[in-house]
Amino acid sequence: MRVLVIGAGPAGARCAVRLAERLPGALVTLAGAEAALPYDRVALSRLLAGAATIEGLITHPLAMLRSLGIRYRPATPIAAIDRAAGEAVTARGERLPYDRLVLASGSTAIRLPLPGADLPGVVLYRDMEDVRLMLRAAQRGGHAVVIGGGLLGLEAAVGLAHRGMTVTIVHAVGWPMERQLDPAAGALLTRRLGMRGIRFAMPASTVAVEGEAAARAVRLSDGALIPAELVVMAVGIRPNVALAREAGLPIGRAVTVDDAMRSADPAIYAIGECAEHGGRCIGLVAPALEQAEVAARAITGEAAAWAPRADAAALKVSGTAVWSAGEIADDGAECITLRDEAEERYRRLLLRDGRLVGAVLYGDTADAGFYLDLITSRRSVAGFRAALAFGPAFVREAA
Amino acid sequence: MGEIRTTCPYCGVGCGVLAAADGTLRGDPEHPANRGRLCSKGTTLGETLDQPGRLLHPEVDGKCASWEVALDEVAEGFRKALAEHGPQGTALYVSGQLLTEDYYAANKLAKGFLGTGNIDSNSRLCMASAVAGHRRAFGEDLVPGIYEDLELADLVVLVGSNLAWCHPVLFQRLQAARAARPSMRLVVIDPRRTTSCEGADLHLPIAPGGDVALFNILLRHLHVRGFRSEAPGLDTALAAADGETGLDPALLATFLDWFATTPRTVTLFSQGANQSSAGTDKANAIINCHLLTGRIGQPGAGPFSITGQPNAMGGREVGALSNMLAGHLDWDRPAEAEALRGYWQTPNLAAGPGLKALDLFRAAGEGRIGALWVMATNPAVSLPDAGRIREALRRTPCLVASDCTRESDTVDLARIRLPALGWGEKDGTVTNSERVISRQRAFRPALGEARPDWWAIAQVAARLGWGDAFAWAGPSAIFREHAALTGLARPAARAFDISGLADLSDAEYAAMPPTRWPVVRRGEQGGRLSPPARFVPTPYRPPANAPSPAYPLVLLTGRLRDQWHTMTRTGSVPRLMAHSPEPAAAIHPADAAGLADGSLARIESPWGEATLRLRHDPGLARGGIFVPMHWTSRFAPSARINASVNPAVDPISGQPELKHTPVRLLPAPMAWHGFLLARRSLGADLADWTALIPVGAALWRHELAGTEPPAEAFARLRALVEEPEAAWVLLEDPAAGLHRAALLRDGRLLACLFLAPDPAALPRRDWLIFLFAEAAIGSAARRALLAGALAEGPAPSPTLCVCHGVTEAVICASIARGANTPALVGEATRAGTGCGSCRPEIAALLTKTPVPEPA
Repeated sequence: MRVLVIGAGPAGARCAVRLAERLPGALVTLAGAEAALPYDRVALSRLLAGAATIEGLITHPLAMLRSLGIRYRPATPIAAIDRAAGEAVTARGERLPYDRLVLASGSTAIRLPLPGADLPGVVLYRDMEDVRLMLRAAQRGGHAVVIGGGLLGLEAAVGLAHRGMTVTIVHAVGWPMERQLDPAAGALLTRRLGMRGIRFAMPASTVAVEGEAAARAVRLSDGALIPAELVVMAVGIRPNVALAREAGLPIGRAVTVDDAMRSADPAIYAIGECAEHGGRCIGLVAPALEQAEVAARAITGEAAAWAPRADAAALKVSGTAVWSAGEIADDGAECITLRDEAEERYRRLLLRDGRLVGAVLYGDTADAGFYLDLITSRRSVAGFRAALAFGPAFVREAA
Repeated sequence: MGEIRTTCPYCGVGCGVLAAADGTLRGDPEHPANRGRLCSKGTTLGETLDQPGRLLHPEVDGKCASWEVALDEVAEGFRKALAEHGPQGTALYVSGQLLTEDYYAANKLAKGFLGTGNIDSNSRLCMASAVAGHRRAFGEDLVPGIYEDLELADLVVLVGSNLAWCHPVLFQRLQAARAARPSMRLVVIDPRRTTSCEGADLHLPIAPGGDVALFNILLRHLHVRGFRSEAPGLDTALAAADGETGLDPALLATFLDWFATTPRTVTLFSQGANQSSAGTDKANAIINCHLLTGRIGQPGAGPFSITGQPNAMGGREVGALSNMLAGHLDWDRPAEAEALRGYWQTPNLAAGPGLKALDLFRAAGEGRIGALWVMATNPAVSLPDAGRIREALRRTPCLVASDCTRESDTVDLARIRLPALGWGEKDGTVTNSERVISRQRAFRPALGEARPDWWAIAQVAARLGWGDAFAWAGPSAIFREHAALTGLARPAARAFDISGLADLSDAEYAAMPPTRWPVVRRGEQGGRLSPPARFVPTPYRPPANAPSPAYPLVLLTGRLRDQWHTMTRTGSVPRLMAHSPEPAAAIHPADAAGLADGSLARIESPWGEATLRLRHDPGLARGGIFVPMHWTSRFAPSARINASVNPAVDPISGQPELKHTPVRLLPAPMAWHGFLLARRSLGADLADWTALIPVGAALWRHELAGTEPPAEAFARLRALVEEPEAAWVLLEDPAAGLHRAALLRDGRLLACLFLAPDPAALPRRDWLIFLFAEAAIGSAARRALLAGALAEGPAPSPTLCVCHGVTEAVICASIARGANTPALVGEATRAGTGCGSCRPEIAALLTKTPVPEPA
């Protein structure tokens, strides 16, 4: 059997490895658009921060891929899929035949359509090349503006600040990481980053990047001008679905798949950020790897189904552990908060009908599993509500 | 300087105390009352010496004043009252806390020179019925027996006495005697199953007010069994009507039989008998039975009235009750009044008895008292119908309060405040319940401008023109005058005669050892007394106010083991407060009307109301509610139970019926319950319901409940303890009404605030309290702080043995390891080896905790 995996990010690489392990006689090809070997995209921030080397980010050395019999094709962007022929066509016109195709093409960082967005000095924060550009800019010191206070934006800001730049984060919401954190945890994080010299403009929106030959400043909607020789856009991602769309596969926000991660074409699977399951796309590495496993099993003929777990996000931002799961916005839910601001510890639990439906842990995420279990099992917490925020060690449930 | 011999200022046992200059105290092994023992209160006396809130300077109208100005004001107030109302418009209300010399001076001022009988003592609340009973039976107020009789008896009957808590040292003597001689029997007659019942041979849960009925039945039973007496009045006594005892006939029969067949029987009675509208009859009903059996003044036999206060007896000796003259002299014997007039060289001797306490305050409330001097007592709290008493105090134009504390409800109301000497500073004598006169000696300098009460009295007397009669150089001179006065009745027989002490030199007075009266001649010592006596008929009368459908329960008030009166002294000692930190009402679970153990309940009577923590107590007879009388507005303004107590009094003794008030029990709905631990006192009016509890050096616990929305209360209370540079740890669950906060600075705990909709949802306070002692709390503790307990480790346990700080858990563990007697528990843990007042509670644990079978 010939299996072609398009995309050598974490999900694609994982899927290729599992297929090679499970189907000894099969021909597994892994085609990546970037020139590098498969690397840990999540660790780019460590590269930026100087905590890792490029070599240290490589997850699948060539020897390892070879020993598994995987054909690795770096710098091989795919231009089209010919479903009728069962072939993928590379940008150079090469045709790669497949019996099964796995789309793991990930997503593209969004470049805001602002005046000046194409000026030199404006970078995205997505891949190794972006990081190289940022490092080069940082060597000159000066000012940087990071547009976007999500996880990636914060990581970029921390890295650049560490490299000696004066960094301002421009964020549209009143606190950073609003998809994972409530305002109070966001405030704790803001304070912590502030102690590292990072400034915030929020809520604020950028209307233009100013400069002639290169970026010089960022203009906000209120007219304020923030000097910036480097502008990093980290405002979100767009799933890479052009290939699938042109191949005629049903698309929502991304390639729609069933529980086995199979698209409408039984020969084509989609995993990771380019897949849409049950109307939802994922943006985190852990479920993407699970999807890779499921797709690999399905292709080898096993019954396999991916079920979304409660959305749990475990992150490390600037040395602080942050974890959230379930609902974040507290509309109508009952809310338990436990905070120790001096120790930078914070917990917020959302309850509905005596059940836990969402949790944010900041600073101390050791009890994450306990809360995730409560959210997914929908068990009643009424019997130990007063102890709930202190974690499982304090909960003595009535027998 | 070596140790100074003095006497404990608490109860009527009158224990000797050895005080070292550095404030360390121990029981005096040579004092006959205690032979070295002390109870929990006595043991912690050293911790009460440096009381916060001492009254240190005279005050007039709320401002500091010199003694000169203050005394002028007092004299002027009394002069005005005399002018406007005559002698009957002046009054003194004094206390069993006074020394005999102070008492003597007060009585001399009132009866001898102001010319009024209006001097009454808070002994009216405690002893008046026993006094009246003694006078009816013996013609004189005397206790025939001595403490040793409790050890020599074969049967000890406690009537209305929780001796284990109220007179612990005497109870320990009794228990030691029973341990040495197991054939000795103990019977407890009490509507409550008190701690004194632990290990008793028989508990008779008598209906409140049923004592007269019981002893009338006993008298007839004894007569049927063949006991006879030549003393007058037996026939009418035998004919007196019975009433309801509420007792199981088999229990009753056992008691009757034991009493009839045990020649060496002591019947010890106290407040439970005295505080009744039939209190005097109760005393006489008891005395009648001893008279019929000839068991009075015999070794191991006699009726024994035990007093509440250290010097109730001394007050009676000097005549500081409104219906007595000095030195057991009597208006009814005109020659004695005449002798006293001559002795005092006064034209003003009061013509007859004055107003007893409740009548006195009623008169004040009606505007008939122009000047009232209150000394060392807190009537605003301790008297029944206390709301009305407060009004009376407010209405009195010249209200003078002499006290050593500034923090008393009565002192608050006074126009003139005079700083009195505290225990350890004052010098004089006291007489205990077995007629032993002991010296109370000073062993530390007076604080501030505090002066002796007798001195203040003499100063005022001088300003009123009677200086010559009050020109004493010191307490020894007063004592000599008092002692000589007790010989005035001669040649009439009078047991109270200490004229043998009238010529003590100053040095002899200073060195006087404990001496039992009578002392007719120098060098003598009194012993048991067998006075001529008469039977007094005691027809049963039910309590004054019967329960009704509207007020179906009966309120009894009483005392706790580790508190004293209105807590002016003990309330500030954390170790003592720990035993029962909150004002609580005990009730049989079946009477609780669905109110949970630990909830707040309102007790209402036609006279007033109070809100207290409800405790289920199966040891309480059905239909009763027991409430301690200690709490004041200083500690728990909503829990002042005396505001609800009916103002009924005994018709003879005038003693209030504190042990029987019809009440009803209602829920006290609150929006939230909580507690606030803080490093300073935030007062006792923090919330709709507050109990203020000192728990350690600079740590205060505030138990709270309120009707405002909990989030508002949380914000309000947090703001009170806010401090610069300090940071909060917060738990908030507004939907569930849970709010918790801890304030820390550099890891040191400054305050804790916990609110919940239900008291049961609050954690124990012990561990949090423990954390306040830490210089900086660790990370695990910090994470667990608002949970109120560490995730692992033993649950916090209450301290049972105050002296050695032993917790219930430690005691139970020793029992589980095989310690199956209180003595073995004491060997293993030291619990109960100090004052011993926790031993009954240890005994109760022994019956509850399974002891392993010997292998």
